[in-house]
Amino acid sequence: MNYIPNILFAIALIVGIGFFAKNVKKLIRNIKLGQDVDVSDNTSQRWKNMAMIALGQSKMVKRPIAGFLHVIVYVGFIIINIEVLAIIIDGLAGTHRIFSSIGPLYGVLIGAFEVLAVLVFVSVIIFWIRRNIIKIKRFWASEMTSWPKNDANYILYIEMVLMALFLIMNATDLKFQAMENGNIISQYLAPMFSGLSEGTIHIIERSAWWLHILGILAFLNYLYFSKHLHILLAFPNTYYGKTKPKGQFPNNATVTKEVKMMMDPNVDPFAAQPEVEGDAIPAKFGASDVQDLNWVQLLNAYTCTECGRCTSECPANITGKKLSPRKIMMDTRDRLEEVGKNIDANNGVFKDDGKQLLDDYITREELWACTTCNACVEACPVSIDPMSIIMEMRNYLVMEQSAAPMELNNMMTNIENNGAPWPYNQMDRLNWKNE
Amino acid sequence: MSEQLIVPTMAEFMAQGKHPEVLFWVGCAGSFDDRAKKITKAFVRILNKSNVEFAVLGTEESCTGDPAKRAGNEFLFQMQAATNIEVLNGYEIKKIVTACPHCFNTIKNEYPGLGGNYQIMHHTQFLKSLLDEGRLTVEGGQFKGKRITFHDPCYLGRGNDVYEAPRDLLRKLDVELVEMKSCKSRGLCCGAGGAQMFKDAEPGNKEINVKRTEEAIDVKPEIVAAGCPFCNTMLTDGVKATNKESEIAVMDIAELIANAQDL
Repeated sequence: MNYIPNILFAIALIVGIGFFAKNVKKLIRNIKLGQDVDVSDNTSQRWKNMAMIALGQSKMVKRPIAGFLHVIVYVGFIIINIEVLAIIIDGLAGTHRIFSSIGPLYGVLIGAFEVLAVLVFVSVIIFWIRRNIIKIKRFWASEMTSWPKNDANYILYIEMVLMALFLIMNATDLKFQAMENGNIISQYLAPMFSGLSEGTIHIIERSAWWLHILGILAFLNYLYFSKHLHILLAFPNTYYGKTKPKGQFPNNATVTKEVKMMMDPNVDPFAAQPEVEGDAIPAKFGASDVQDLNWVQLLNAYTCTECGRCTSECPANITGKKLSPRKIMMDTRDRLEEVGKNIDANNGVFKDDGKQLLDDYITREELWACTTCNACVEACPVSIDPMSIIMEMRNYLVMEQSAAPMELNNMMTNIENNGAPWPYNQMDRLNWKNE
Repeated sequence: MSEQLIVPTMAEFMAQGKHPEVLFWVGCAGSFDDRAKKITKAFVRILNKSNVEFAVLGTEESCTGDPAKRAGNEFLFQMQAATNIEVLNGYEIKKIVTACPHCFNTIKNEYPGLGGNYQIMHHTQFLKSLLDEGRLTVEGGQFKGKRITFHDPCYLGRGNDVYEAPRDLLRKLDVELVEMKSCKSRGLCCGAGGAQMFKDAEPGNKEINVKRTEEAIDVKPEIVAAGCPFCNTMLTDGVKATNKESEIAVMDIAELIANAQDL
């Protein structure tokens, strides 16, 4: 017996999964560069969110056309991947269609896979048309050039090819066609190959089989470099997504301590500064770089698949301002990748590269254009919160750099002096009663 | 107004050793902004009519700190919060109503973590509860059959998932309620939130309030109903900017209800 194919298959499998595992480790390392954040609350709500939003696609279908097509591709991919299990067993054991012996059920399964493969193929083509022919606005924003634009199309091409290979593999499998059990779609493709010799058809079948599984392994490894990571990260991301009301912004605990001390009449103003307990006090307020953000925000950045629903709902963006919540996420990921590569190149320690997320990636003009309306957060189908990053960066600008726009400084001075954002005397607060 | 508004302060209640049923948190806009003051008064007239024993903090009230926090000044926000919480807790306040969704959101969500725990309602929720308890009757009056669209304030709607209370009140007024293209959880912002009210917008091709006003104009309303003094200002400006002042009025829900009863 010839074991070479089995050995080659095992090597391909180990290399494919090995590389992926290596990149996943890097991914986790990068995400952990973020600050700690307590996400131990509302466990049952979190599981529910994951089940509804990621597994159940509840937010995807808010836009019915894209949502419907996405559900097809999503369901198709998950279910067709059951087939991958059979392929792996066949590949390792040298068997052929190991489960075909289970009888009619096999036909039902394969038949379903074939139908789904066609549906996925068609959906992906519609996606491609929406993106490249209809040119839906959110796919052609200023941040969607070069790699982001190509990445999106590459994913569609890969999916088309994988589905085509699956169907060709079935159509050229003479034994499978002869069984007439589950070849719902491929029976119509089989005649295309009928003029060829049995040997040639077998070669096509083997090639399609190998390209299909190698393609899947390659696609798996493509994920790390692509926006397509969302197929995995959507699950943890929806779990760790915000469970509090959207209007609630976190209170900074360090500030709370300081304010308490200032307001406490028993505190001796001349006493020495209390000892700093461990690393309880952050190095700075707010965020100017990715390491200042919390790890959920960094996970958000890796999860973003650049669909642009956030940007298309952003009031600042639709009125022509530079702010795009999608770009905030893309910038965060790009900078995080840069920091990660820096760490790799410097033996595991980040070496200052004179760059940061603020200004080098995200400009102040973008940050100050946000109305904190939460439309982006609401629009995201996988619970990403771009607004929280904007707010952390505003915190940095105001609390570390005193760099708020002048009008906002005036507003804040008014609050400080008069208890109102306008220059009115607090003693006049009830004058309306008699006006 | 010839009639006298009854607006007792917490200090007066305290002096009599009494507790009001609810504290009316007026907010900065409601206290100082000429347009918003009309909303404040309309709401007070309804409270007076419904015999609600309420009080205001008056000169003891101060900005909740919302615009400071959204502008990024966490320190100023927490100073304001601490001061306000001290006053509120000093008066042993349990229940608060406000006509400003920003005050509502801040007190509801961000004060508890700083020691301020109160039951807080937006004025539309409060009016709805008065209605449900039979303490307030709402009839269409002059607004019956009028075409009205409701603009969801971000910090009431998306921020806190309150969509129905204001709409229920409008339905009670027997108006023809029409929804804008983007409404409820997908409602478009008026452009004032996140401290934008206090600064010029960044360069773009349109003002956000004009964009939102255009969405309102698309459904041809006679009145755009608002539930936030800042949205009210933004939309009023938007209506002016689009030269629709003679056709479209921007009114707070409290004003609609007060006017419907000729209060």
